[in-house]
Amino acid sequence: MNNIIVLPLIVPIITATLLVFLNNNIKLQRIVSLITMIFVACISVVLLQLIQTEGILRLDFSGWMPPFGILFVADSFSVLLVLTASIVTAVCLIYAFSTIGERHEKMYFYPFVLFLIAGVNGSFLTGDIFNLFVCFEVMLLASYVLIALGGGKMQLRESIKYVLINVVASWMFLVALAYLYGTLKTLNMAHIAQRVAEAGQDPLLTVVSLTFLVVFGLKAGLLLFFWLPGSYSVPPTAVQALFAALLTKVGMYALFRTFMLMFPLQPEITHTIIGVMAGATIIAGCMGAFAGRDVRTIATYNVIISVGFILVALAVGTEDAMAGAVYYLVHDMLGKALLFLLIGTMILVTGEVVVKNMNGLIRIYPLFGWIFFIMMCALVGIPPLSGFIGKVLIGQGAIETESYVLLALAFGSSIIVMYSLLRIFLASFFGETSINEEDKMPIPRGAMASFIILAIFIIGLGVGAEGLAVYVNDAAYTLSNPSVYIDAILNTNK
Amino acid sequence: MKVNDVILKSVVRGVVFIVFTLGMYLFFAGHNAPGGGFIGGLVLGSGIVLLYLTYDIETVHKGMPFDFKKVAAFGVLLATGSAIASLFFNVPFLTQADGYYNLPLLGEKHLSTVTIFEAGVALTVVGTLVTIILNISEDE
Repeated sequence: MNNIIVLPLIVPIITATLLVFLNNNIKLQRIVSLITMIFVACISVVLLQLIQTEGILRLDFSGWMPPFGILFVADSFSVLLVLTASIVTAVCLIYAFSTIGERHEKMYFYPFVLFLIAGVNGSFLTGDIFNLFVCFEVMLLASYVLIALGGGKMQLRESIKYVLINVVASWMFLVALAYLYGTLKTLNMAHIAQRVAEAGQDPLLTVVSLTFLVVFGLKAGLLLFFWLPGSYSVPPTAVQALFAALLTKVGMYALFRTFMLMFPLQPEITHTIIGVMAGATIIAGCMGAFAGRDVRTIATYNVIISVGFILVALAVGTEDAMAGAVYYLVHDMLGKALLFLLIGTMILVTGEVVVKNMNGLIRIYPLFGWIFFIMMCALVGIPPLSGFIGKVLIGQGAIETESYVLLALAFGSSIIVMYSLLRIFLASFFGETSINEEDKMPIPRGAMASFIILAIFIIGLGVGAEGLAVYVNDAAYTLSNPSVYIDAILNTNK
Repeated sequence: MKVNDVILKSVVRGVVFIVFTLGMYLFFAGHNAPGGGFIGGLVLGSGIVLLYLTYDIETVHKGMPFDFKKVAAFGVLLATGSAIASLFFNVPFLTQADGYYNLPLLGEKHLSTVTIFEAGVALTVVGTLVTIILNISEDE
């Protein structure tokens, strides 16, 4: 019994409902929401340590033993993601304090951000696939509100598409769950894995797993990303950064759990399809980033490239590649949040979205410019920044399994990422400035603080990769040896 | 044009009590039989919506001066509160307690903390339902 596991889910929900009553006291809302996220981050650090000493932890809700009850499971993989998600949310909140505006703050902005993070944390921690569906819905409902909050014309247009595509995806999720329950008679993830292993993964079960691939592919933006560029570019900057950092990662997490834990036995079918989809995602994302004229389009297509890149690791499926994927997921949450915050601030200070129309920003905002440079190097994967180690490990895995096409695509995409971001850097930051010193719009101090915090984390993750290696290797070991996870759930009585 | 709705108003005046009674019955029946917080809440909420339909919003607001968004939030708070209470007794999350008590006048009754959780669910459903209907009706 480890009640601490449920705190990352329940604490944001309780504070969010409390904030509904404090709707008019904006200052208190800010403080409470920030403290909540810092508290959740601290809890996840404690959990991470606890997992290293005691192994995988589980919490059976109201004492119902698995496989009968609903349970939360904390292993290194999920808690690392919970920790990163909480840090990113805290930073996005700091950015929102100075930029989001009072109108949003009075429209329950903070409660919905907290509901969003509760859904995200719940999805990472749950050990029951129907509960995963519920947590997905909590996250999606909050995201529907956040995307439409403010009610701009573009926002409403894109939110209709976003809501429709996600309602269809959720419906398919339910259908897939019905197939799964119909064939295996269980919803506990470890129990599913055990039964699939016992029965052997016959064609029927493989088809069921492929319906899950479609569902999570839609949520993660794996090949089925047509909804993503539009809906990620309309909400306010802080919300964009949250979406880019968290939402696709939850879909990817679900894909890793599905195909490394529950249905790992037919890799020549499932993992090949994932590999093809990942490759196609990278190519399409690169084309979008190439062709993009405005900074938002370039940034959203960079999200898609990284989705493809991380799922190359899933297609490869070795332990090294898993370690790389965990590193890269953590890095990408931090990096994409920073990218979207910086892009949003560029638009805020210049009032332009097209790359060509901005210039010389680094002369007026030197620190801002150099943080953009650091972020670019990190996303490209230049050592010693955070993207490097993940790319090396995923590449190593691809070489081990001789998937040279995926390797070439994955590393080729780094060059496109560099090209697309370098183009912004050269055109918008260098050169003569058209804004003079007097009428420059100052970057709010809170926003600057959030950039600096994220930049420190990105450098820290790169330089301190060795320190994180214990946790990442444990996560990769659990992912590539499903029996560890299954034993922790079904064969121990705690 | 003035709508003549005398029949509707006088019927609703009686029916709404039947609806509320049914809602409460379903809510309490839920412990051991079909029913429970969600269904009870839906019936209670539909009773309130019926009042809004028959009389105008201002009249009902005079009788029930609640902000239904806050009713929903209070419901969530009640449900999660009963869930995390288990943390303080060092038992797994969501564990509920129950027992048989001799109450004056009522005799021996089965009381359980699940009822608090269910009341939270019911309030959340009522609050959400009425908020949705009111929002749609306000939008011209």
